[in-house]
Amino acid sequence: MKFRNVYFIICLSALLGACGGSEEAESDAAGEPIKVGVLHSLSGSMAISETTLKDTVEMMVDEQNARGGLLGRRLEAVVVDPASDWPLFAERARELLESEQVDVVFGCWTSVSRKSVLPVFEELNGLLFYPVQYEGEESSRNVIYTGAAPNQQAIPAVDYLANEVGIERWVLEGTDYVYPRTTNRILEAYLKEELGVADEDISINYTPFSHSDWQTRVSEIRDFGSEGKATAVVSTINGDANVPFYLELANQEVSAEDIPVIAFSVGEEELSGLDTEPLVGHLAAWNYFQSIESPTNSEFIANWKQRMGADRTTNDPMEAHFIGFNMWVAAVEQAGTTDVDAVLEALPGTETPNLTGGIARLLPNHHLTKPVFIGEVRADGQFDVVWQTDNLVEGDAWTDFLPGSLDTEANWADPAINCGNYNTRTGVCSATNFE
Amino acid sequence: MDDDTFRGIVAELGDANFREKEAIAERLLESGHPGVRDVLTALMDGRVFIGGQSAVAFVVESTAEELAEFTLLDPANQRVLGTSQPSELSRVVTNNQLRRFLRTVVPRFSLASPDAEVRLEAVQQIMRALDATAIELLRARVGLEDDERVLYEIDTALALSMLDEGNSRQRLSAVNTLSDRLHPEVYNRLSVLVGQAEDGSFVEPDADVRRAADEALGGIELARAFYYVLETAFFGLSLGSVLALVAIGLTITFGVMGVINMAHGELMMLGAYTTYVVQLLMPGHLDLSVLVAIPAAFLVAGSAGVLIERTIIRFLYGRPLETLLATFGVSLILQQLVRTVFSPNNRPVVTPTWMSGSLQINEAFSLTYNRMYIVLISLVVFGVLLVVFKHTRIGLDIRAVSQNRLMARAMGVRSEWVDAMTFGLGSGIAGVAGVALSQLTNVGPNLGQSYIIDSFMVVVFGGVGNIWGTLIGGMSIGVVNKVLEPFAGAVLAKILVLVAVILFIQRRPRGLFPQTGRAAEDV
Repeated sequence: MKFRNVYFIICLSALLGACGGSEEAESDAAGEPIKVGVLHSLSGSMAISETTLKDTVEMMVDEQNARGGLLGRRLEAVVVDPASDWPLFAERARELLESEQVDVVFGCWTSVSRKSVLPVFEELNGLLFYPVQYEGEESSRNVIYTGAAPNQQAIPAVDYLANEVGIERWVLEGTDYVYPRTTNRILEAYLKEELGVADEDISINYTPFSHSDWQTRVSEIRDFGSEGKATAVVSTINGDANVPFYLELANQEVSAEDIPVIAFSVGEEELSGLDTEPLVGHLAAWNYFQSIESPTNSEFIANWKQRMGADRTTNDPMEAHFIGFNMWVAAVEQAGTTDVDAVLEALPGTETPNLTGGIARLLPNHHLTKPVFIGEVRADGQFDVVWQTDNLVEGDAWTDFLPGSLDTEANWADPAINCGNYNTRTGVCSATNFE
Repeated sequence: MDDDTFRGIVAELGDANFREKEAIAERLLESGHPGVRDVLTALMDGRVFIGGQSAVAFVVESTAEELAEFTLLDPANQRVLGTSQPSELSRVVTNNQLRRFLRTVVPRFSLASPDAEVRLEAVQQIMRALDATAIELLRARVGLEDDERVLYEIDTALALSMLDEGNSRQRLSAVNTLSDRLHPEVYNRLSVLVGQAEDGSFVEPDADVRRAADEALGGIELARAFYYVLETAFFGLSLGSVLALVAIGLTITFGVMGVINMAHGELMMLGAYTTYVVQLLMPGHLDLSVLVAIPAAFLVAGSAGVLIERTIIRFLYGRPLETLLATFGVSLILQQLVRTVFSPNNRPVVTPTWMSGSLQINEAFSLTYNRMYIVLISLVVFGVLLVVFKHTRIGLDIRAVSQNRLMARAMGVRSEWVDAMTFGLGSGIAGVAGVALSQLTNVGPNLGQSYIIDSFMVVVFGGVGNIWGTLIGGMSIGVVNKVLEPFAGAVLAKILVLVAVILFIQRRPRGLFPQTGRAAEDV
């Protein structure tokens, strides 16, 4: 596989014609390559998560080229490094769209990086595929959200805990920034209104980034959970703060059987860097787990391991890029061009297989249909799926559980609406496509 | 029930969902078959597998990762049936609810264990879910049990059950028994007892029992409040000792030598990575690894410190700004070095068994071992440093050079050598702090950065160049932080502490324990 990488680089550097096997000869002859922009941090604090996604897009591009390219043309990945620096994301996005003239961009991880590039994509009419689960309350004409909206991750997770596990008391524990705050606002409203949870049965707390001294908080959670009602923690704790949190839970002998913790940002990749013993039995909610058995998943994992090494894992945002890339390919083939307007018109309604044996369909609000899985952490760092939704869940850009966005809807397929922030009651389209 | 029926029921686990699995476990329990205990224990540990074309159930002896083949046991009698590749078997998956159920029923088989610790643990688990069978078992155990602690727990469990089924005299005596028990189950049960049902009637009809329960609750609440204060104090001291430990090396380099060492955090990071490497080198002896890592990290970080001092810092003495920039550069180089050598991902450092879990003082108060050992490590480091400074030749030299370099040189002290040793000592202690941090947080390239600000804060607050100041400063910041945290939240508590330190420095610019005497005038 090393050989193929080298081969690919030589192909790129030699630009056209100079190389190409029998199957690529035809596509090489047919003009300029189609440029696929990759906007993921390769250095700085987010590099841990985002580098994997860059590798995923490169793998997808290579595979598509091996299948003969797209519209008879080769694909070429243009990789830039925004270095975990939010303003730099906007600069690099501008560079991709203006100087490199890319046809599509796959990128961003944190919500703040997405918010930072959003105006650039709207101004220059680019096309961004965003692969990470996020807080919702947004729908841009130029962005396709291939990660989960809150109703595809947070809400089903809470439903599972309330209905299947019988949880009655809730701790909403998060890191102090936009994603946890918005998610917890939605969850709090959902718990109170839909599940009838009383005020005193909800405890919400925020800690700083990289918080490492969890003694007080874990002791509070333990006391909160010892009052006779089944208690669970819904964790939107971010990044580095997770390990000390789980470690403190284990040390204070709070087990997953007593107070399970369900996390929305702990996946296979994060678990590979730590001693999983203290985490066993804790939960995660995702739309994909590596351990799910399906033919497409086995093939994807095998390709990934062959390319990157046997000890590498796959995760949910990688699946989102897998779906996003195939969806874009399908839309381009349908439109017969890579022109952004034509592709955007073709995209809604496009269906491609996901990795767990289902079909992902792009909705008019630029979100996907996804299955939701709940997994329990195993000692080997993988997950046992303990629950899944019966059907695919349609991504909801504007949640139904906040008063402000109840009447709001996004629809980019209906020419009469064609709006990301449409008020169904007043019939007015707000100019801003995000909250 | 004969063995084949039993095997058949166990094999049903293969296709069952979690609720059905729990029902199967209950059927097994009722069967009274001698194999039940081993099968349910194995199910709890994830060692029950289904394999073969006829979907037979096996218990696997061990699922350790290094095994290429699993040893298969017969579920009915635990006889070895053969071996099999792990890929040919499918594990019977359990979930939290199922394991919780198993955890409360499996200990029923351990009540007669010869080991009192096992019996104690068993009673405590059984108490979490008391039903008629469990109470029957405990009652039968009373006459046979000779260990006092186990009897105490059985007593609690039986008193709890008596509240439900006894007459008013029995209930009263049960409440009296429970009045000094700090178990959360007891507190919750008594709270219900004194409350009113929705129609306004009392849950407990007998007024005497209610009064007794009220008094018992008052006593328990008082005891809980007392232990809450103790717990907060422990949290504060343990946070404080982490702060003191990370700052104490800096006190030496910054306080004594006047070098603003921005790479101090990365020297801690080197110590943490040393722990990781030591664990890789001695995979069979994880329990010893941390003890080996402490001197190893001291040497690694210490020699890195000496190297930095000899190659960079000695050319920059007296130029604090340039030292700051140069050491900042060094910190970036060290971070990139571990990214290149180890990968940008965090590295898994395993906590040895003697450092995990907690010491249960009573039902309301326990101390986590890892924090206790870290308090211990920082006190030992502090004590050793005190001895080094006060009673050794190098300590005397360090003090002499820091007080008056020229005079010290005139007296024959090799000041350059002392500088290198001092910096090495400070760096080595940073390495030891790194070993401690590896037990608390992620071991990754960013480890140092999260602690560098805190360590400077402690040094400045405690008084530059004074190791007593660092210890007391660190402890006070830790305790204040932990006292504020429950009311203000972690974010605000941190801000408040920072503001308080700034105000304090306005009043006393030289910190808690300022250096006095003529030497201090030149600083």
